[in-house]
Amino acid sequence: MKYWIGAAVALAVAAGMALSGATNEYFFYAAFVVLQFVVLATAWNILGGYAGYVNFGTAAFFAIGAYTAVVLFKWLGAPLAVQIAGGAAVSAALGFGVGLLTLRLRGIFFAIATVAVIFIMETLMVNWRYVGGATGLQLLRPDVTPPFESYTRMLFVVMAFLAIAAVSVARYVQRSWIGRGLRAIRDSEEAAECSGVPTLKLKLFACTVSGALMGAAGAPMPMYLSFIEPASSFNLTYSVSALAMPMIGGTAHWIGPVIGAFLLGSIQQIVTVTISNEINVLVVGVLLVLFVVLAPDGVLGLFRKLWPRRS
Amino acid sequence: MAAPLLKVQSVSKHFGGFAALSEVSIAIAPGERFGLIGPNGSGKTTLINCISGSLRNDAGSIEFQGEEISSLPAYRRTRKGIARSFQIPRPFHSMTVLENLLVPSQYVVHLKEAEAQAQAMEVLRRIGLADKAHAQANQLSQVELRKLELARAMAARPRLLISDEAMAGLSGSEVDEVLKILFALNADGITIIMIEHIMQAVMRFSQRVICLDAGRIICEGTPESIVANADVQRAYLGA
Repeated sequence: MKYWIGAAVALAVAAGMALSGATNEYFFYAAFVVLQFVVLATAWNILGGYAGYVNFGTAAFFAIGAYTAVVLFKWLGAPLAVQIAGGAAVSAALGFGVGLLTLRLRGIFFAIATVAVIFIMETLMVNWRYVGGATGLQLLRPDVTPPFESYTRMLFVVMAFLAIAAVSVARYVQRSWIGRGLRAIRDSEEAAECSGVPTLKLKLFACTVSGALMGAAGAPMPMYLSFIEPASSFNLTYSVSALAMPMIGGTAHWIGPVIGAFLLGSIQQIVTVTISNEINVLVVGVLLVLFVVLAPDGVLGLFRKLWPRRS
Repeated sequence: MAAPLLKVQSVSKHFGGFAALSEVSIAIAPGERFGLIGPNGSGKTTLINCISGSLRNDAGSIEFQGEEISSLPAYRRTRKGIARSFQIPRPFHSMTVLENLLVPSQYVVHLKEAEAQAQAMEVLRRIGLADKAHAQANQLSQVELRKLELARAMAARPRLLISDEAMAGLSGSEVDEVLKILFALNADGITIIMIEHIMQAVMRFSQRVICLDAGRIICEGTPESIVANADVQRAYLGA
């Protein structure tokens, strides 16, 4: 109950900020990206954190969500909500398909297979004229829906809603019997199977849900940029950040990726404005190394070490 | 013998060119206490892996309660009533001891959280781990880990319990303690296959013993006849 009140308050605050004309427009532009990373990191954690299957393919699921939105927009003139639902559905299907092919692999082999998914999907999009091929496609935003006064503000609220939806899904999975099964898989897949856990089914479920959320995060991207292009959509940085944020925040609890995304995402935005865009990746790398070495259980682990009673 | 609970027929398993099991056949009656012995590398654990579903046999059939199970994944076999412990303990180390038992309670017996907790505590009391219920599994000692292996298998409420060297490294009194638990489970109607290197324990426990050597059954019979058998002595002592 406390969680739902918190979620409602967070969404109300986001909507309130967007609707009050006072705040700086750039804030929403940057906050959209941070919230997008909350969705991506949370989605990644469902398979990577709970079940221990490291997915390097986040960029593929994200970009396929974005491209689905473009196709729906160009073909049918579909509204944003339909674009997001479509992006989630196609990326869920991709997650299921990739899962079927790769989830029998373990450890590093699974991770490598997911990297391949990025290259396969990117090659497909580069060679598909309808969505602009390698040069990309300029998109004309439709008129903004009232009461919002700019499209960026609206997208910010939409992404806030998606972030809360993603976190709620992750929280449900973690606390249900599914979460216990996924943790059993991470600890010992063989023992899990012999304790009655249908490991392949659960992993497929996690991969599908994770893919769907990543697709939903990517779907508003074309409207946000008014543009789509393969190289930036399939950028490996999405994969690295989606993995680094839960690692930094803590993978065991749904709040971990949220903390990591807010922390790392905000730092990235600040660094982009104050120093340069290139330093971004360096920041992610340095923080990831620091945390892996000094605090392998992330910010959450640090908290538990400092205040063991509250865990 | 009544219709066997478990019927393994001509099961073979190869790893590359190495025959880990060749044409192994056993039949185990409901309620039986069955011992499986053999020197290191003789195929005991491979046979158990084939029965529990961690490995698939290359040839032959495995029937449980009259049903062919050799193509079923391990989790389906556990749900049909075959539970096992692992020789090298594989606890769910990120969970507490109690939670370890909740996994089979939920996934095999399909209990609700509260019932599952009650059942898990009952099992822990029985095996003597109740005071560790809320300890993290990665903080247990070797002995406690072995007990946890057995407890987790028990929480699945099996009809057939396979105990893979549950007593290795235990002291004499602890071996007696585990034996007592296994005898009690058997008295409740659970069929038990015991793999053990501690001869005294297998011989005391089992009604019938099979000795494997190099993937073949070299001898089958009562504990007394096994100890006296020349082939068994050769397999263990070399000659």
